[in-house]
Amino acid sequence: MAEFVHKAHAHDSSHKHVSGEAIYIDDLPEPRGLLHLYMAQSPVAHANITAMNLDPVREYPGVVAVLSATDVPGVNDVSPSAGDDPLFAEAKVEYMGQSLFVVAAESLEIARRAAKLAEISYEELDNIVTIAQAREIDADIDAAQIMQRGDSAAALEGADHRETGHFAIGGQDHFYLEGHICLVTPMEDGDVHIFSSTQHPSEVQHLVAHVLGVPSNAVTVELRRMGGGFGGKETQPALFAAAAALVVIKTGRAAKLCLDRDDDMIMTGKRHDFEIDYDVGFDDLGRITAIEFMLSSRCGYSLDLSLPVNDRAMFHADNCYYLENVTIHSRRFKTHTVSNTAFRGFGGPQGMIAIERVMDVIALRLGMDALAVRKINLYGKSTRNITPYYQTVTDNVAPEIIAELEQKTHYQRRRGEIRAFNKTSPYLKKGIALTPVKFGISFTLTHLNQAGALIHIYADGSVHLNHGGTEMGQGLFTKVAQVVAQEFQIDLDRVKISSTRTDKIPNTSATAASSGSDLNGMAALNAAKILKNRLIKFAAEQHDCKPENIIFRDNMVYVGNKQISFADLANQAYMNRISLSANGFYKTPKIHYDRKNHKGRPFYYFAYGAAVSEVLVDTLTGENRVLRVDILHDTGKSLNPAVDIGQIEGGFIQGMGWLTTEELVYSDRGQLMTHAPSTYKIPTCGDRPEIFNVELWDRGHNTEPAIHRSKAVGEPPLMLGISVFSAICDAVSSVGDYKINPRINAPATPEEILRSVADMQSNVK
Amino acid sequence: MIRFLLDGKIQEIDDVRPTESLLSYLRYNLQKTGTKEGCAEGDCGACTVIIGELSDDDQISYKAVNACIVFLPTLHGRELVTVESLKGEDGRLHPVQQSLVDHHGSQCGFCTPGIVMALYALYLSDKSPDLPQINDVLAGNLCRCTGYGPIITAAHKMYDYPETTTALSMSEKVALLKSLEEPHDQKNYFAPTSKDDLAQVILDHSDAVIVAGGTDVGLWVTKQHRELSKVIYLGNVMDMKQISERYGNLHIGAGVTYTHAMKLITRHYPDFGEVIRRIGATQVRNQATIGGNIANGSPIGDGPPCLIALGAKLVLRRGQVSRTIGLEDYFIAYGEQDLKAGEFIEEIILPLPTAQQHFKAYKISKRFDQDISALCMGMSFHLENGRITNVRMAYGGMAATPKRALACEASLEGGPWNKAQVEKAMQALEIDFTPLSDMRASEGYRMQVAKNLILKAYLETTEDPPQMRVLGQEGRAIG
Repeated sequence: MAEFVHKAHAHDSSHKHVSGEAIYIDDLPEPRGLLHLYMAQSPVAHANITAMNLDPVREYPGVVAVLSATDVPGVNDVSPSAGDDPLFAEAKVEYMGQSLFVVAAESLEIARRAAKLAEISYEELDNIVTIAQAREIDADIDAAQIMQRGDSAAALEGADHRETGHFAIGGQDHFYLEGHICLVTPMEDGDVHIFSSTQHPSEVQHLVAHVLGVPSNAVTVELRRMGGGFGGKETQPALFAAAAALVVIKTGRAAKLCLDRDDDMIMTGKRHDFEIDYDVGFDDLGRITAIEFMLSSRCGYSLDLSLPVNDRAMFHADNCYYLENVTIHSRRFKTHTVSNTAFRGFGGPQGMIAIERVMDVIALRLGMDALAVRKINLYGKSTRNITPYYQTVTDNVAPEIIAELEQKTHYQRRRGEIRAFNKTSPYLKKGIALTPVKFGISFTLTHLNQAGALIHIYADGSVHLNHGGTEMGQGLFTKVAQVVAQEFQIDLDRVKISSTRTDKIPNTSATAASSGSDLNGMAALNAAKILKNRLIKFAAEQHDCKPENIIFRDNMVYVGNKQISFADLANQAYMNRISLSANGFYKTPKIHYDRKNHKGRPFYYFAYGAAVSEVLVDTLTGENRVLRVDILHDTGKSLNPAVDIGQIEGGFIQGMGWLTTEELVYSDRGQLMTHAPSTYKIPTCGDRPEIFNVELWDRGHNTEPAIHRSKAVGEPPLMLGISVFSAICDAVSSVGDYKINPRINAPATPEEILRSVADMQSNVK
Repeated sequence: MIRFLLDGKIQEIDDVRPTESLLSYLRYNLQKTGTKEGCAEGDCGACTVIIGELSDDDQISYKAVNACIVFLPTLHGRELVTVESLKGEDGRLHPVQQSLVDHHGSQCGFCTPGIVMALYALYLSDKSPDLPQINDVLAGNLCRCTGYGPIITAAHKMYDYPETTTALSMSEKVALLKSLEEPHDQKNYFAPTSKDDLAQVILDHSDAVIVAGGTDVGLWVTKQHRELSKVIYLGNVMDMKQISERYGNLHIGAGVTYTHAMKLITRHYPDFGEVIRRIGATQVRNQATIGGNIANGSPIGDGPPCLIALGAKLVLRRGQVSRTIGLEDYFIAYGEQDLKAGEFIEEIILPLPTAQQHFKAYKISKRFDQDISALCMGMSFHLENGRITNVRMAYGGMAATPKRALACEASLEGGPWNKAQVEKAMQALEIDFTPLSDMRASEGYRMQVAKNLILKAYLETTEDPPQMRVLGQEGRAIG
């Protein structure tokens, strides 16, 4: 039987990517009479709007419409949950870059120029930019949370050793190469058709309907692919789609809203930056006996996804480690900055780096190898296996992966060599760290764990596939098509991959939480099975054969002794009036969560991995290089090893960027100072470690019956980048002879590294 | 009308705005949407295309550029190659493209056309590039999905594929390009072909903006949304694109690109070469000129600190009158240079190294490639019998202009070259500079590193120096 899964297949669009023929929204032919839109933005972070005169904008030649809050027929809100994201500001603005009104004109240049003519008066108010400022006045945007198991306070009191500390972790811009864009065309009856670069077509549909005051069936959202998403197109696209749809409704003309890089970075949310406080008690062996965390985050001006993001930070503050007596506090702060949102890992990375830093701190205190501390704290297989949220870890493979990686990469020998190098090298210092990842798979909001698919078999045997997932480069469409090809045993190119559309699959969840192939793959498998069973039943009757003697293989269907091509069978079925179209559906089993008490099984399973990074740091300038990285990652029985390795490598580099060169700088006035690639530095080709070995763990196997026993891979590898941060800390620790904790905040820019080196030198003296 | 060659056909365009961007013309007029906009500032490479230029020996030389900041009229008389041009006549993918497909080099695909074009330029120029070369060629192409590994593999393997056939032979293309030699007749766009012509055009049109590579001026249009009604383009001034060696000096025409100058400068001053290798990225250096890097007066340009430290001079010309000044005197204050109306930079005179001379240069930035300096330092000195003489030091990013560290130089000049003296020099730097804080670095960091770089220069010139750099020449890995 031909195997289409567990096999490397090229991304379905790769030949179009390389030839320039892959169509993104701005590449579509422009409809007749297209209007170009520009969104005017608040120039202040926090203010009452005391007057707004848009007449000069309207009067500018070439302007067709200028729309603001008073023009919204439905509800002036595009928030995913809390009702606090106005499409257009009304009485006040709460971040610099907030949308004020939209200008529709014959060209983008005209719209942009006209927008500047608005006469708006502001009464400026005090603004809160940082977590510290928000904490000062208890500006919580969402109720503080506590996750608790055991009695951490008492256990801390009685601990053999105790360390406390504080550090900060910066945010991150998604920097998808294709910025936000939508193209909206008018349909009859006042309906609209929206092309949106979105990870969440259903949410765009529902929010646009909400804004327009029409039922959801009046709005259709479609997209073939995004030029990258990374979480940045989960909730953010609705703002732009709603503005464009409103223009279309008001003018009867098609409209395109395409953000340039600066506007995109200024107007849309980012990864939450965090401050971490820890208080940890441990024994002589380095085993944690008690720990308390305070995870504080900057949420920005509105709630957006801050609730689940911060919850996920709490869920991952254990990473791979059993925390005997644990209390995890979480505070979510409101600031007058753009509302932070989903970003690959969704809070998990920030929680995980908290515990990984604690491991390093314990090692320094006890004079141990940090890896030894990590190992002694790992979850057990049958004991010491309950998470802080009372889910039992039943699929723990972290010990095996760590052991294999440690041995394969000669971690111990290299660690010795590095220590020797540092003794003889006065200014350049090396560091090494092995850090593991355990990442919970499922949306923690249980109802989101559902998906639909739609498969048609045409009478010529060609197959048309739709599902609710969106393609942003992660290879989801390829994987789902593999699942369908596998089930029907037909060549992959017989399965047509088509746009995601809300009129084909309704009420979908975002393509997020690494869930794309788990959910949509299963829904498509379900649809394929329904159709296959129909074909089997039909063939059995037609050819008088037992259903169990019908086998699909190599584009053929073997019916007892006969063989028919899949195409012929499809045609026969059609001629005999058998329905060749089916919906599939899937919901993840077993999961439940009591958020009030933070107890339950929020995750269907865990994905694991580990990385060893070796770095070189210049203690005179703070410059640094990642010299070598080795990764061993568990994707279960991989659906597509080539795609999965791509996710792992790309995720790692993105995580490395987050913790090293990618620095978001806000001014005191709340202005984002780094809003283009000239000032915001994601990794380039030369930042990739010259030695970079990535392997899928060959014993990988999902203990749960997820799609073909594979595991989700979108987010977990990002957190392998934490090994780079720990390795940098290790290198800097050498300055204090491995006795003092280097107080490095993320990102570890050259400046931050030099500051920590100076800090350490002053401590040594 | 301007005319250029695209896919074997001559494109003729009337009434082009002088600052019309090549990218927008490609995407919205020619409907060639394969070339993408990722940043509109020449920093991401998604819009990479190739421009072919007739060379003296009747060959066409090809270079990758960022279409977002190329002004369309500058294409006149040249060949344009885009991602849509590469497939063979039979529809087969080009080796570069097929290699990327086979090695999983694309994920979301949005940066891919730019990567294809950057690698295609490499494919044309080189047959067995090593990793640092590939990194260099791709330094200006951001990819957020892949982590670059499969793209590097594809670059190594692209030579293993059979060539595709093209519609036109090279000689046919050359003939077509030659047919385009007639000057354009655009209004408000001037492209003189000699220094003498240029001198006159500048006198006649003092209201025009002078554009060399356009890697800075392009951003006035795409980022600041300024309207430049009149443009003088230097790219065709052939006698200003030469480098010659005379009487112990390099005479570098102001229109010489960094790509052109890099090899020669690297040979004489390896550290300066390394700084140049980290100016912008390949696409930017293919356009950007040394003259432009000086003319715009930026306090954070990387060329000037090295050139000032090396005692470079500028030849300024107005009409038929030329004058020569020290480069450091050109920079008067932020936004103010010693350049009179109607005057332009004609050439840069760079003294060649002498036997006793040492030259050290360091560029410090958040990221190694395609980043703007937090600070940049050039230091030239002679060492004789343990004494340091002829000290010239200049810094970028430390003041409102690229500036010499005079107090620091004085504290070192003639003294012993030892750690105590270096520490004094480090202190003297506080007399020379009061740097600012911005999104690239704080004042404290700038000052501390500016000092530490003197120590670094000292340590690197001691006998049997320890390893002092995390990245080697030409971006080669260390350790």
